[in-house]
This record gives sequence, structure tokens and C-alpha cells, in this order.
Amino acid sequence: MIRKKSLSAPYLIWMVLFIAAPLCIVVYYALTDKSGQFTLENLMTIGRYSSVFARSLILAAIATVICLVLSFPVGFYLSRLRASKQKIMLMLVMLPMWMNFLLRTYAWMSLLENNGIINRLLGLVGIGPFEMINTSGAVVLGMVYNFLPYMILPLYTVMTKIDNSIIEAAQDLGAGTMRTFWKVLLPLSGPGIATGITMVFVPSVSTFIISRMLGGGSNMLIGDLIELQFLGNSYNYNLGSAMSLVLMVIVLLCMSFTNGFDDEDMEGVV
Amino acid sequence: MKSTHLRGLQKAYVCLIFSFLYIPIAVMIAFSFNESKSRTVFTGFTLKWYKSLFQNSMILDALMLSLFVAIVAATVATLIGVMASIGINSMGKRMQSAINTISYMPVVNPEIITGVSLMLLFVVYVNFAHWFNSQPAIPEFLQILPENIFGLGTLLIAHITFCVPYVIFNVSPKLRQMDVRLYEAALDLGCSPKQAFFKVILPELTPAILSAFLICLTYSIDDFMISYFSSGTMQTLPIAIYSMTRKKVSPEINALSTIMFVVILVIILVSNYVEGRSYRRAREKR
Repeated sequence: MIRKKSLSAPYLIWMVLFIAAPLCIVVYYALTDKSGQFTLENLMTIGRYSSVFARSLILAAIATVICLVLSFPVGFYLSRLRASKQKIMLMLVMLPMWMNFLLRTYAWMSLLENNGIINRLLGLVGIGPFEMINTSGAVVLGMVYNFLPYMILPLYTVMTKIDNSIIEAAQDLGAGTMRTFWKVLLPLSGPGIATGITMVFVPSVSTFIISRMLGGGSNMLIGDLIELQFLGNSYNYNLGSAMSLVLMVIVLLCMSFTNGFDDEDMEGVV
Repeated sequence: MKSTHLRGLQKAYVCLIFSFLYIPIAVMIAFSFNESKSRTVFTGFTLKWYKSLFQNSMILDALMLSLFVAIVAATVATLIGVMASIGINSMGKRMQSAINTISYMPVVNPEIITGVSLMLLFVVYVNFAHWFNSQPAIPEFLQILPENIFGLGTLLIAHITFCVPYVIFNVSPKLRQMDVRLYEAALDLGCSPKQAFFKVILPELTPAILSAFLICLTYSIDDFMISYFSSGTMQTLPIAIYSMTRKKVSPEINALSTIMFVVILVIILVSNYVEGRSYRRAREKR
């Protein structure tokens, strides 16, 4: 093969300038004050926002669990279909992902509003109206809706590799449905579950659109806080960088946790 | 008996999930034809939102900008990425994994962090340029560093940055799988290294390069988060959509969504059809 290391020079320069340097600048800003003096003040100040961080983590975790529970049967069902049908169904799973997610979230706004479509339909049957928009439930719903395909797809991929005969063998050997699920299906789907969890949890914990559109003002997440520091009214790059740093650590922790039982090469994910 | 029961239950469940995925889209499409501005009561059929959409210069400009940025960013990213893949492939193991680790950053990091970090880089540059241009010690003809950089340039830099890793991770595995002997055979048969590259290696890589290019295009057109932090006052389509949703009442959004949905559907159906036909043809040849 051609040995020309120099071909990668443009990318290496690009990588240092626009991937490595910006992250270093985030760390620098996080650890300094406005005049450039070293300080831990920014990181300390985050303590004041611990409720927002806790809310982000909890809502993202709930959304991830719901996605996992909802997707598992879907992934399994799709993986057992005939090949030609699988292809069509996969297209159907991916099609909504191709729509801009702002538009999809906007659609939920009109569904969930106080005099929105769902409440009107419920009103016809004589129930409601329920207060649905601007609640943390709506935020979780938005996360689940937007990121559900990210859970279905890796689960499906890993399950297509599980041979039917393995499941049959388990049943022949006397395992019931529950036992087959816990002892065979679940362990074999491990890598898919791990990938799915990161692919749902990471965008959920860092979003600020979903919380802003569906959560009203009262359901601020980490993403909202960071956005406020950089483009909003708060305008404090140092504090924003410190928050970004903490968010990065959270994401890294989450990934190292899930990578523990993901033995597949990362390239399969991309 | 039990298994057919179960089968029916499975089917019903999957139908339920799919309707969950599609109901919001269906609602949007239905209300794009709604006579009144209401987002909840259907009062009558009209096409006026489509008409006003195509007269809305904000949206059309944003669409043009998005397409322009996507094409330029995807082209540059593909070029840099393919060159990088070839270069990285000829490096030692340790160097490779170091580069890969950094390249993974934009892929695994939350988008908001990539966006914020690039914005900070640009801010640092602006501060430097301002300082540089106001230093009396530096001769005036050198003090020409641009200070208002937020705009098309920063947008392109940001998009290329998050696209290149996808190119590398698409092309590198193919490069590694390729048979070195093919290249050597070409050399033995009298090709110059350059000819061997363009006649043997590049054709082998074309599918991977093409799919990388398409991935870049879609990511770039769809990106909101990273553009939001690096575009200054420029509006790409997602940013324009965002500012429209802030104003609450705008049925044109529904019309826009419907058009985008139809376009995507057509692209997928056509590509599926073409793929299916070439597959069938290949089978017939055999």
C-alpha cells in the first residue's frame, strides 16, 4: 500500500486547531476567572445549580430506561422478520430520524398544548383537560420520541446475530420464556444495549431544545444552563466552560460504564 | 395456538410503537393544509401556507445557505478525510490510536460541547485579533487581522470539523481490509504509484467515499446545535426553523415539514429502487 504519511498533514493540522485546541480552551476557561487568574470558583459555583444537574441526569436516565424497555421487543421482532421485510421496517424506523428534530419536537408542542389535539380528543370523551406541556413528563416524552430509533437500531443489529437455534435450544432444555429472556437473550444483546444507552443518554442529558420547547421555563437542563452562559442573558464564558467540563466528565463516566460490557469495536457504532 | 396469540400481540405492539413514531408527523402534514392559523382545530383545506412559504425569503435564504454549507463542507471534509485515512493507514499502531482517540471527540462528545468549544476558539481568536490590531508597536500594514469572523467562515469550519471524523471512520476500515497485493500487482504490471492509486485503490474505495460524503451532507443539513454557536447572525435552515418555533404561530413550518418529509421519502424510495435493480441485475449476470 502507498506509504505517504504526509497526506494526513492537512487533517492533523485541522485536528489540532479545531478539535484539540477548542477543548483545551474550554478547560482553560473553566479554571480561570475573567482576568485570566487561576481559580476553582467556577467549578464551586456549579454547586448552586446542582438541582438542574440532578434533574438532567434523572430525566435522561428515565428516558433511556423507557427507550430500552420500549425498543427491546421491537428490535427482537424486527430481527426475526424475513430479510426483505426487515429492510422496509428499518426504513420506517429511520425515516422520522431524517426529519429535522426541531420540527418533530414542534409537532409535539401542538399535540400536548392545553387546548392541543390530545386534550381536545380527550374532551370529546369527557376526560381532561390535562396539563401536559411544560411538565417534566413532556420533556421525557420528547427525549423518548426523538431518540427512540437510536435505541432500536443497535438492538436490532445485535439481535440479528442471535441465531434462532440458540433460543430454541434454551427452550428445549426446559427454560421458560422469562428464563430464556434473562439467561440467553439479554446477555447476548449486551453490546447493543450498551451502544443504545450511550446513544440515547448522551443527547438526552445535553439537550436544551427539548426542555425549552416542551418543558417551559421551569424544567431547565444542563444544556439550557450552558446555552445561557454563552448566548443567553447570563453571559459568563468561564462558568459555561466549567459546566461543559462537568458535562463532559458525566458523559465520559457514562461511556466507560457502558463500554465495560461492550466488547465490540467502536467503528461499528459510526 | 399460544404462539399465534403471541404473534398477534407482538404485531400489535410494534404497530403501536410505529404509530408513536409517525403520529406527530401525520398531524403536521394534516395541519399544513389547515385553513386557519390554529394548530389544533381543522377548519378547511387550503394550500396558502405552501404559497406563503415560497414567498418567505427568510426561509428560502436559509435553505440556500444550508445547501451551500453542506455541499462545501462535505466536499472539503471528504477530501481531507480520505487523504488523512491513507496517511493514517501507513502510520504505526500507537500513532494511529492516538489520532483516532482525538478524532472520536466530536463523535462522542455531546454536540453542545463541540459547539461551545468551537465558539470559544473563535472568541479567543477575535480577542487576539483585536489586541493585535491595536498594538502601537506593530506596523499598521500588518494590523489587518479580521475581527468580525462569526459567519460563513466559522460555520464552514465548524461543519468540516464535525464531518471529517465520519469520513475517516468510514474509509479507514475499507482501506485496512483492502488486499495489498492488488496494489503491488498494479506496480508489477508497470503502473506508477500514482496510476496504481487512481486505477486500483481509488475505485475500490469509491463506495465508502460516496457514503461518507452522503453522511456528511445529511449531518450538515440537519445540524442545529453546532451551527447555533458558531454562525453569528447567519441563519441556516435549522436555525431559521428554531427562530420560527419561538414565535409560536407559524403554519408555514408545517408546510415546510411536509415538503421535507416528502423529499426524504422520495430520495429513500428512489435509492432503494435503484439499489434493488442493480442487485437484481448483478444476480441475472451470474
